[in-house]
Amino acid sequence: MTTKLFGEPVQRREDPRLLTGRGRYLDDLGPDALAAAFVRSPHAHALIRDIDVSDALDVDGLVAIYTWEDLPDRLAEPLPLLIPHPALTHGRTAHPLARERVRHVGEPVVMVVARDRYLAEDACALIRVDYEVLKPVVGVEEAAQGARLVHDDVPGNVGAHLVQEAPAADGRDARELIEDAPHTLAFRLDVERSASMPLEGRGVYARWDADDSSLRVYSSTQTSTSVRMAVAAKLGLPLPKVEVIAPDVGGGFGVKIVHPWPEEVLVPWAAMLLGREVKWAEDRREHFISSAHERAQVQFVRVGFDDDGRLLGLEVTILHDHGAYTPYGIIVPIITSTQLPGPYKLGAYRVEFSSVYTNTVQVTPYRGAGRPQAVFCMERTMDRIAAHLGLDRTAVRAANFIQPDEFPYDQGLTFQDGRPLIYDSGDYPESLRMLKELIGWDAFPAEKERAAAEGRRIGIGVGCYVEGTGVGPYEGGHVQITSDGRVHVSTGLTSQGQGHETVFAQIAATELGVPLERVSVVTGDTRRFGYAVGTFASRAAVMSGNAIALACRKVREKALRIAADALEADPRDLEITDGMVHVAGSPGAAIPLATVAVLSNPLRYAFDAEAARATQFAGASSPDRPPVDEGEEPGLEGRDYYSPIRSTFASGMHAAIVETDPLTAEIRILRYAVVHDCGNLVNPMIVEGQIHGGVAQGVGGALYERMVYDGHGQLLNASFMDFLMPYATEVPKVETAHLQTPSPLNPLGIKGAGEAGVIPVSAVIASAVEDAEGIPITRMPLSPSELFDLRRAAS
Amino acid sequence: MKPPPFDYHRPSSLGEALDVLAGTGEDGKVLAGGQSLIPLLNMRLAAPAHLVDINRLTDLAAVEEEPGGLRVGALARHSRVERSARAAEVQPLLGQALRLVAHPVIRNRGTVVGSLVHADPAAELPAVLALLGGSVRLARRGGTRDVPAAGFFTGPLESAAGPGELAVSAFFPALAPRSGTAFHEVARRHGDYALAGVAALVGLDDDLRVSVARVACVSVGPVPLVADVVGACGHRPPASADWAGAARAVQDRIEPETDIHATADYRRHLTGVLAERALRDAAREALHA
Repeated sequence: MTTKLFGEPVQRREDPRLLTGRGRYLDDLGPDALAAAFVRSPHAHALIRDIDVSDALDVDGLVAIYTWEDLPDRLAEPLPLLIPHPALTHGRTAHPLARERVRHVGEPVVMVVARDRYLAEDACALIRVDYEVLKPVVGVEEAAQGARLVHDDVPGNVGAHLVQEAPAADGRDARELIEDAPHTLAFRLDVERSASMPLEGRGVYARWDADDSSLRVYSSTQTSTSVRMAVAAKLGLPLPKVEVIAPDVGGGFGVKIVHPWPEEVLVPWAAMLLGREVKWAEDRREHFISSAHERAQVQFVRVGFDDDGRLLGLEVTILHDHGAYTPYGIIVPIITSTQLPGPYKLGAYRVEFSSVYTNTVQVTPYRGAGRPQAVFCMERTMDRIAAHLGLDRTAVRAANFIQPDEFPYDQGLTFQDGRPLIYDSGDYPESLRMLKELIGWDAFPAEKERAAAEGRRIGIGVGCYVEGTGVGPYEGGHVQITSDGRVHVSTGLTSQGQGHETVFAQIAATELGVPLERVSVVTGDTRRFGYAVGTFASRAAVMSGNAIALACRKVREKALRIAADALEADPRDLEITDGMVHVAGSPGAAIPLATVAVLSNPLRYAFDAEAARATQFAGASSPDRPPVDEGEEPGLEGRDYYSPIRSTFASGMHAAIVETDPLTAEIRILRYAVVHDCGNLVNPMIVEGQIHGGVAQGVGGALYERMVYDGHGQLLNASFMDFLMPYATEVPKVETAHLQTPSPLNPLGIKGAGEAGVIPVSAVIASAVEDAEGIPITRMPLSPSELFDLRRAAS
Repeated sequence: MKPPPFDYHRPSSLGEALDVLAGTGEDGKVLAGGQSLIPLLNMRLAAPAHLVDINRLTDLAAVEEEPGGLRVGALARHSRVERSARAAEVQPLLGQALRLVAHPVIRNRGTVVGSLVHADPAAELPAVLALLGGSVRLARRGGTRDVPAAGFFTGPLESAAGPGELAVSAFFPALAPRSGTAFHEVARRHGDYALAGVAALVGLDDDLRVSVARVACVSVGPVPLVADVVGACGHRPPASADWAGAARAVQDRIEPETDIHATADYRRHLTGVLAERALRDAAREALHA
C-alpha cells in the first residue's frame, strides 16, 4: 500500500465541516459577548468640532462610549506603517479613532459598546458629531494636480515616487531605445477600483482573564501571529500573555492581511477595560467604506519595437490611487512596476510611479496585488503592437518570450521583497502552445467568419503573466507524533478556505509514510505556533508546505534512529510504510510509529495500550548515560523553518472567446481556457479550484466591479445590490491544463497558486472584446453601457 | 445593519390586522415577504414604529380565477404564482415576468402584491399590472376599494395604498383571445433589477391584423410607463407591421435617467431594442393563440 499522497487530487478534508454549517466563524463565537459598533464619518474630508454623546447615554443596555480622547498612550498614536520603503517619503496612517480630522467616508470616530449590536447601533444613531466639512480630493488625477491636500503635510498628495530602470544589455536606456525604434506607440490605460470583498467581513472577539492577566483574541485575519504582536505592543501586555486565534475565516483575498485594524486593538482594549467579553463583527456597509480597496491606476505607456514585434524599449508611468492612508506601504505599485514585464524580454524598461492620496478608502493588496493592472498594461501593449504590424497576437508574444534555456532570468529590477527579480524556472513557449491548442486559436478565424455570417459577433483574446510567489522571510512547521500514532501538524500562517488542512496533511503523510487520516493540521493559532508571517502573496504552500516537509524530515530521521535501536537495524535500511517502520524489503521486522513515539520519551507511564506494549522494546538503558542523552529531547516531534533566498515565479496564460450582442452591447464569455504552471502540484484539484475562484474574481474586475465615488467622496454603490460581484451565472466554465516546471529554489519544487486565476482576466477579456468589436479597449471594467458609447464614438 | 426599535404585531385575522393598521396609521408598515422591507430596516433607511406581520393571514395566500382574470392574494409568493398552471393559462405574462424577478430564494419568500405596493419602477410586476390594466384591492377598517393600475403607482416607491390600508389582493385581467404577451429585459447580472425592460401585449382582430399593441417599460421613469403603439405599427398583419416604428415611438415616450450602471442614452436605445423584440414575440404568440 502506497502512502504517497503528494500530487493526488485528494478531496478537501475541511469541506464536510464548512459545507454542513459546522464551521466556526468569528461571529459564531462569544454569543454572550458585549457588542461593539462604530460611529463612522459620513464625510470624505472634515474637521471634527465636537462630539455630543448625551442622547446616547439614555439607551438601555449601553455599556461604554469611547472617542480618541479616551485612548491611552500607544493606542492614541497613529496605527503602524507595516512596510516602510525609502520611496515612501510621506507614509501616513490613521488613528484607531479619528483625531480632529476624518479623511474618508467610513473612518471610525466613536466606538460604542452595548449589550447587543442592536442597542449599540441605536446608541450610535444618537451620537451627534459636529463636522466642519472640507472639500475632498477624489480621483487619482485630481489628487495628482495637488490643488487640495488630503494631508496638509504631504505636498502634491504624493506619498511615494519611485523610478526603476532596467537598461538594455548594451547599457542604453528605454527612452533612448524607444526614440530610435522603427515603430513606436504611446497610449493611456485606466483600471478601476475593486475590492477583496470576502463574504465574511472582518471581526474581532476578545476575552480578558483578569485572574491570569491574559488576553485571548479571535480575529478574522490572515495573520494571527502579527495581530498578536500588535495587540501586545499597543496594549502594553507581555507577549506570552496574549493569544490570537484565527477561527474559520470566510475569505480574505488580501484585505485581512492588513493589521492591526483599528477594531483589532480597540475591541481587546475595551474587553480589558470592562472586564467583559467584547465582540465586533463587521457588516457589509462597513466593509465597503472602512476596510480597503485596490486596483485603481492610470497608466501612460510608450513602447518601441521592431518589424517582428520584438520589444526594444518600454516606458510606463503610473498614477496609483492609494486612498487616504498607507498602512501597508507601497507594495501594490511596486508589484505593478516589477511584474509588468511578465514572460518577456523587454529590451530596456523604465517604470515610474507616483502614489497619491485621495479622500477615499485606503488601498492595500487584493488578490493579484497590483498584477492585474500590470498584466493589463503589458498585454494591451502586445495587442497594440500586433495590430500595428498586422501580426498574429500570439506571434508577437512568442517573439518576446524568455526561452526555457535562459533561466534563471534576471529582469534587472528589485522585487517586492527587496531582492533581485530573478525568474527561477518556466517554459513559456510550451505554455502558449498548450493554450492555443486548448482554446483552438488557429481555427478561430474560420469560426468567427461563420458567426459573422449569422449576424453574431465573437472575438478571441489572450493574456500571459508571471507571478512572483512565496515571498519570505519565512514560515515554520511543527510536527508531533503522539503515542497513539497520530500526527499533529501545526503552522503559524492562517487559512481562509484554501484547503490547508488537506494539502499540508498530504505533504506530512507523504514525508512520514503515514495514512492521511492520522494527520491533523492546525493553522493560525498562536497557542500552537508562534512564529509566522501570514497567508498572502500565494505563499502558504511554498512557505509552510516546505517548512512542514522539513519538520517532517527531522521527525522521520529521529523515528528511524529510535526504531533502528529497537529493531537492532541500521537506520539507513529502514523505511516507513502505512505508519510502520520496517526494514526495507523485510516487512516482518516492523515497529509502529506509535510505539516509536512511546520509546522517544523515557517517562513511560503506561497510560495507554501503546505505552504498555512498548515495554517489550524498552531494552536496557545504559547506566552510564542520562535517560535523555545530550542533544536529544523527549518526544517524537520536530520543528523547522523554510526561508527562501527569493521568490519563486509561477506563470500562466489564459484565453477567452466572447460574444458581444450587436444591439444590446451585452458581453458574454463563451469559453475560458487556462494553462497554469505552479511547479509541482501538491493537489491538482485544489489548484484548479483556486484558479476557478481567481477567474471568477477576474471576471468581476473585467466586466462588473467598480467603486463609484461621487465628487463628494461618497461611495454610491456600497452594497451587494449595486457593487456587482459576478454570480455563478456570470462566470464561465474554466477549462484548465497544467504545465509543471518545478522550482529549483525549494525542496518540494512548488510555486504559489492562490492568486494566479485573477491576474490576466481583464487583459484577456479586453483582448477578446477588442477582437470582436474592432474598437480599442483601454479601460476596465467594461459595461454594456460603456461598450454602447464606444461603438457610437467609433462610428 | 440592525433595524431601529419597532413594535411588532402579528394579527391572526384580517379584521384584527385592519384594526392594528387603523390604530398605527402613518406609523404602521405591513410585513409580508420582507424582501425589500427587511433590508430597508436593517440599513435604517426605514424606521416604522410598528411592523404588522400578515404572515398568519393564510386566507390571503389564494390565487384564484375570477370572471375576466386572476386574483392574487396578498400572501401569494412569487414562486406559487410562477408555478401555477392555471395562472399561466389565464395570463401568461405573469409567468413570463416572474421568471425575471430576482432569484428563486427571493421568489420563494417575496409576494406579488408586496412587490406592487413597494412600487419600484425597476420591478417587473408593476409593469405587468399597468400593461394589463389590472387593479389592487385595498382594505381598511369598515370598507374596501379597488384602485386601477393607472392610479395605483403614484411615484418611485409610492403607491395609492394609504395609512391604515392593507392591499389584500391584486387582479390581473385574463389574456384576450388572439392575443399574446412577452417580457424582455437586460440586467447586469442574472436576477438583477433590469437596466431596461419591456412587457408587450399584442392583440389581433378577426382578420388577424394588429388591433392592440401596447408596452410597459421598467427602469425608464418614476412609474411603469405604458405606451399604446398600435397606431405606430399600423393596422396590418404581424408580418408586415412596423415594429421598428413602434419601438421608436416607445423611445420617444420614455424619460430614462443616467445612473451608476447605465447612461440615459443607453437605456433609451435598449428600451427600443427590447420593445421591438417583445412586440414581435407577443405578436407571434397572438398568431398561435
